[in-house]
Amino acid sequence: MMGVNRRDFLRIAGLTAAIGMGGKTAVDLLWPGQLDAAEGGIEGWWKSKTPENPLYPGDLARGKEIPNPGELTAKRWGMALDMRKFTADSRAAVIKACNEVHNVPSIPGNQNIKWIWETSFGHAFPDLEQEYMDNEVHDLPFLVLCNHCDNPPCVRVCPTKATFRRQDGIVMMDMHRCIGCRFCMAACPFGSRSFNFADPRKFFPEGKESNPTYPTRTKGVVEKCTFCTERLAKGELPACVEVSGGAMLFGDMADSGSPVRQALRTRYAIRRKNELGTAPQVYYLI
Amino acid sequence: MLEKALKGEPRYWAWVVFLLVVIGAGFGAYLVQYNEGLTITGMSRDVTWGFYIAQFTFLVGVAASAVMLVLPYYLHHYKAFGRITILGEFLAISAVTMCLLFIVVDLGRPMRLMNVLLHPTPNSILFWDMVVLNGYLFINLFVGWAALGAERKELPPPKWTKPLIYLSIPWAVSIHTVTAFLYAGLPGRGFWLTAIMAPRFLASAFAAGPAVLIMLAFLVKKLTKFDAGKEAIESLAKIITYAIILHLFFFFLEVFTVTYSAIPGHLSHLQYLYFGLHGHPSNVMPLMWLALTCGFTSIALLIVPKWRQNHKILLPAVILVFICTWIDKGIGMISGGFVPNPLHEITEYAPTGLELMITFGVYAVGALVLTILYKTAITVKQYKELT
Ligand code: SF4
Ligand code: SF4
Repeated sequence: MMGVNRRDFLRIAGLTAAIGMGGKTAVDLLWPGQLDAAEGGIEGWWKSKTPENPLYPGDLARGKEIPNPGELTAKRWGMALDMRKFTADSRAAVIKACNEVHNVPSIPGNQNIKWIWETSFGHAFPDLEQEYMDNEVHDLPFLVLCNHCDNPPCVRVCPTKATFRRQDGIVMMDMHRCIGCRFCMAACPFGSRSFNFADPRKFFPEGKESNPTYPTRTKGVVEKCTFCTERLAKGELPACVEVSGGAMLFGDMADSGSPVRQALRTRYAIRRKNELGTAPQVYYLI
Repeated sequence: MLEKALKGEPRYWAWVVFLLVVIGAGFGAYLVQYNEGLTITGMSRDVTWGFYIAQFTFLVGVAASAVMLVLPYYLHHYKAFGRITILGEFLAISAVTMCLLFIVVDLGRPMRLMNVLLHPTPNSILFWDMVVLNGYLFINLFVGWAALGAERKELPPPKWTKPLIYLSIPWAVSIHTVTAFLYAGLPGRGFWLTAIMAPRFLASAFAAGPAVLIMLAFLVKKLTKFDAGKEAIESLAKIITYAIILHLFFFFLEVFTVTYSAIPGHLSHLQYLYFGLHGHPSNVMPLMWLALTCGFTSIALLIVPKWRQNHKILLPAVILVFICTWIDKGIGMISGGFVPNPLHEITEYAPTGLELMITFGVYAVGALVLTILYKTAITVKQYKELT
């Protein structure tokens, strides 16, 4: 049972039965990679997920009250990247999948847009680098993305609530509200945000958007990784997780049976700039 | 009263036309930016604020420094500032106008500016900055205008301005404090993450603002025979002397904490600014050293009362003060804060030609506002003195 202990399983099964959700959906939610379109209504379940972070009351923690039927929901989404499982190919596949699904333009120069990208250990973890560290870890390219911090400074500084924290912890952007002041970019200590200096539509690799079902952005707004909320809403896992060959885990941090929590129980994990207190929800399993 | 600005010599009109031409050019450049996006600037994914926000920061200081006149004049009834206080208040109006314009030209989607009011967000410092800046603009407009109007009618300033004047004193401090908070509350930006940011901002502002005012007073005297008064200039020079010393002292405090603790996340920014980082010399290095040199030289010139009272020395000294404080906020503040970036990479920033044109355009708007206000004020004052 992939390390889920019996008690957790029973609890999940019980919960599932109690709210009349198909058992299959619950299992899929917790064991990614085996997911079909979910069925069954889960109204009420979301409602019980009240925001727990007192710093973000009211509409700073916006979110739908009632999820779509089949939507993947969680109390607190989180992600773990298994650095031992990644290969050069899977890293490339992950970046490609994200860029294609979200119509991320490829802009030459330093006014570029990055949602998830590769960097060295020293750049991802400037405070953890040391001279004599294990070469294997040190020379490993790390994928970095928005950490969907539990205490996100980007949300704190945004003057329009265009950057907000959903009730499930995902830090989201409202592209129609953003005034492009870029305060959030100064506030993010991870360089996770990009600004559309120019019209991104001019820079699609194939001349047009790769995914017509995902909105393209206009110039003058900020964007970043969204944990694929549009896919979660359809009951799908984030695009990167799906193509990562098991190297990326995604799940509910509030659920001790979720794949991320399971992995964190048994593996040593680090977070980026832990000392800043933003509480990143992307974990790196070393 | 504004009609006073409509009568002037050819020299006055030539100046106004010149400003209008610069504004026109700046506006043209802004149209390009509006259509193309901020891509026409030198900003990047790593250095996301540039010249505009730097000028904004500097000018907030100039605006706040009016308090250095208002406080002695109204609170301590320091009569020597009687003629110059209005110049300070009007300088503040012009500076705040430029501040607001610099914010607007910096926005990616300026048409949505009103979203800040439609979705008021008290946890955002930018929201508060907007509140205090607009408030300060209106306080100074009301107070300055009412005082001038009363003077024309040879009456004391109307009673209702008193509370506003008192309010303007803490308010002036607040605009620069809140502006410092824009920077000083961000985790992971070691250069800005310092509690001394607001006092440092205020110290440099109280040097820069009066320095600008002395330059303007000299200019006004030359052009219109309107004399702010020897004592007023001397007192301002004293204020500048204290403030520039404080400014460099605060800078030294910063340098001590950062270098003695030697925490890389804080140290690397200073290193970058003054020595370059990882064998990569920074493009602002010469300017940063120039600022320090100007600062120390100006102290040497200002600290001796005899020299300070000699206008032939005072003028170059305040110009040095201006250069020192302008480089500190207008260049070092932004480059130092954003380089190296959170991933400890170096992306340098330099403004583009269009960016500079827009900047000059905004400065020209400020100069035009200032010209009109000063023209009105000086005509009223001189008329009163002639009759
Ligand atoms: S990583 Fe940056 S953008 Fe993402 S939530 Fe944290 S602070 Fe915000
Ligand atoms: S750029 Fe947009 S999202 Fe970022 S702080 Fe400004 S309004 Fe908010």
